[in-house]
Amino acid sequence: MPRRTMIEAIRDAMDVSMGRDDKVVVFGEDVGFFGGVFRCTQGLQAKYGKSRCFDAPINESGIVGSAIGMAAYGLKPCVEIQFADYMYPAYDQLTQEAARLRYRSNGDFTCPIVVRMPTGGGIFGGQTHSQSPEALFTHVSGLKTVVPSNPHDAKGLLIAAIEDPDPVIFLEPKRLYNGPFDGHHDRPVTPWSKHELGEVADGHYTVPLGKAAIRRTGSDVTVLAYGTMVYVAEAAAEETGIDAEIIDLRTLLPLDLDTIVASVKKTGRCVVVHEATLTSGFGAELSALVQENCFYHLEAPVARVAGWDTPYPHAQEWDYFPGPARVGRALLETMQA
Amino acid sequence: MADAGMLRFHVPEPEVRPGGAPDFSNVTIAGAGSVPRPEISVDPRTIRDMAFSIIRVLNRNGEAVGPWAGLLSSDELLEGLRHMMTLRTFDARMQMAQRQGKTSFYMQHLGEEAVSCAFRKALAPGDMNFPTYRQAGLLIADGYPMVTMMNQIYSNEADPLKGRQLPIMYSSKEHGFFSISGNLATQYIQAVGWAMASAISNDSKIAAAWIGDGSTAESDFHSALVFASTYKAPVVLNVVNNQWAISTFQGIARGGSGTFAARGLGFGIPSLRVDGNDYLAVHAVAKWAAERARGNLGPTLVEYVTYRAGAHSSSDDPSAYRPKTESDAWPLGDPIVRLKNHLIGLGVWSDERHAQAEAEILDTVIAAQKEAESHGTLHAGGKPSTRDMFEGLYAEMPPHLRRQRQQAGV
Repeated sequence: MPRRTMIEAIRDAMDVSMGRDDKVVVFGEDVGFFGGVFRCTQGLQAKYGKSRCFDAPINESGIVGSAIGMAAYGLKPCVEIQFADYMYPAYDQLTQEAARLRYRSNGDFTCPIVVRMPTGGGIFGGQTHSQSPEALFTHVSGLKTVVPSNPHDAKGLLIAAIEDPDPVIFLEPKRLYNGPFDGHHDRPVTPWSKHELGEVADGHYTVPLGKAAIRRTGSDVTVLAYGTMVYVAEAAAEETGIDAEIIDLRTLLPLDLDTIVASVKKTGRCVVVHEATLTSGFGAELSALVQENCFYHLEAPVARVAGWDTPYPHAQEWDYFPGPARVGRALLETMQA
Repeated sequence: MADAGMLRFHVPEPEVRPGGAPDFSNVTIAGAGSVPRPEISVDPRTIRDMAFSIIRVLNRNGEAVGPWAGLLSSDELLEGLRHMMTLRTFDARMQMAQRQGKTSFYMQHLGEEAVSCAFRKALAPGDMNFPTYRQAGLLIADGYPMVTMMNQIYSNEADPLKGRQLPIMYSSKEHGFFSISGNLATQYIQAVGWAMASAISNDSKIAAAWIGDGSTAESDFHSALVFASTYKAPVVLNVVNNQWAISTFQGIARGGSGTFAARGLGFGIPSLRVDGNDYLAVHAVAKWAAERARGNLGPTLVEYVTYRAGAHSSSDDPSAYRPKTESDAWPLGDPIVRLKNHLIGLGVWSDERHAQAEAEILDTVIAAQKEAESHGTLHAGGKPSTRDMFEGLYAEMPPHLRRQRQQAGV
């Protein structure tokens, strides 16, 4: 099976979708001729023409707003916001319009759009190239929120998202674009070609939305993670010797609660890890759900390891990013509690 | 030389406040028939002046004059008059129903009936409007059932939107009426996207975007103009300038711009200004803009100069911020009276027939209201089920919503 980077897998997902369905259109800033600042749409304009893949003005609300109109017409737009940090001008369109169009019109109009946005830190991106705004989407009724962690999932989830009849926020951890990253910034990064999850089948396949994947089975503690934090958790388990069960949530909403609950009931302990800031982050929802559903099985408080409640700094990158040392500490503390 | 002393902060003020005498002497109005009618293929640069004038057809004597006249038969005009009268009667009954506690909220179109009623007749089947909350004439003129509109207003058991939406936030794909949102201006860019999709699909349908004077200040107005200009989208960009955004006079949104139509010029979009209380002029200009869009000539911006004669909404009291008699002083008059006089002048209408039509329309609206109320009103009778609250958010209900629905006992 061919190995691809996450960038190539995402591009392949759009290529496959555009090839199968001429209603799929792709646009965003620098997405057309140039092929995207991260190369995710390279070659699509040449292959499908400017009507199917084109450059947009620098106007996030315009990109999402026009995509909603296109979806109401009957197309399936898959649009890009260059960085998740720049989605805020489109937040009105995403939360008040895309999320609610089906509901408020009782199905008279629907909004099958995908909004791709590179997310996450660990790249010295500073305050506006590192944010993880997923909690701002999971709080919105009517949206679906997806975060892949590897090329295989990225392709399958993106095709599923494009085919989904509802609006999907597709957050791509840019730190994982070229290879997995476990937080050890002092070590060379392994490319996806060396990783089995870099195996991406040709052609059409989907990874269903709303289904988590168990990345490492274990019996001591359940780790709930997504995106880059999946590899950080794997490193932390390895380094502490704790037999952690690591769940890659893949879709945050709708959430695969069954997989989470079955695992925590088995291990009796749970650590939630994300890059986003702690307070009111998605970890709070996960923690509450685990408490509600697994209370009599819990042998320790649910722990959360997250970004600090500050804007994402530049120089202090590795003090901010929740690396394997911090996650490892939380694992040990949870085991001792 | 400019005063180099202290800076002074500028806040525009309307000419008159409550207690003062209405004054529209600052409103420059071109004579009926005085503005030329260019070919739709005109070079936009050569018609920039049209963004500062006002296209008018009906003169003071009720005669249709000039190059924009003559597009509608007297039967079509009689139908248009009936649509406007129906909308006004509908408004009055629903406003009263709100006062009677049968619904929570209503917004009238008083004085603006010509804009949406006449515009609708310039579109073709399959075209899509992206309206605000003050274009119900698009539905009336397209034959959307009044009973269904009332069911929505009453949030009753027959409400097509299952009680989820605030009154008057209608939706009808079948009638080319996009789902109304409470968030202002959002639909303006969506209309452009819909038009882009039609062009991408090599279709022949066009979109119409709608916005009020106040909401042109929203960012999505700018987004829409940029996208429409960039992609030459087949869209008519309508600005209904009724002089007021709740309590805020249009100068606050317009600032130093001469007119709202002039906003389009900076985007290279041909921009016209039209007498919004002149049914014939609204229809003629709408048709011109629609033909441009359909001819792949790109977007047109149209400013309808009108006056919001009623309160902003059933929750608003305009006497707190403008003179009570201001609407009487509005120089463009009343759209129904003007079309009525024109039709009388043509010899196809009379005061007697008008009075008779008023009575018939009132009977029709009351009959529709009775039928709607048989399905319930907001606080009495049939209502949408609690289950409807959970349905329809996603194509397929996700597990967490299923759990919540069960918790709610439905």
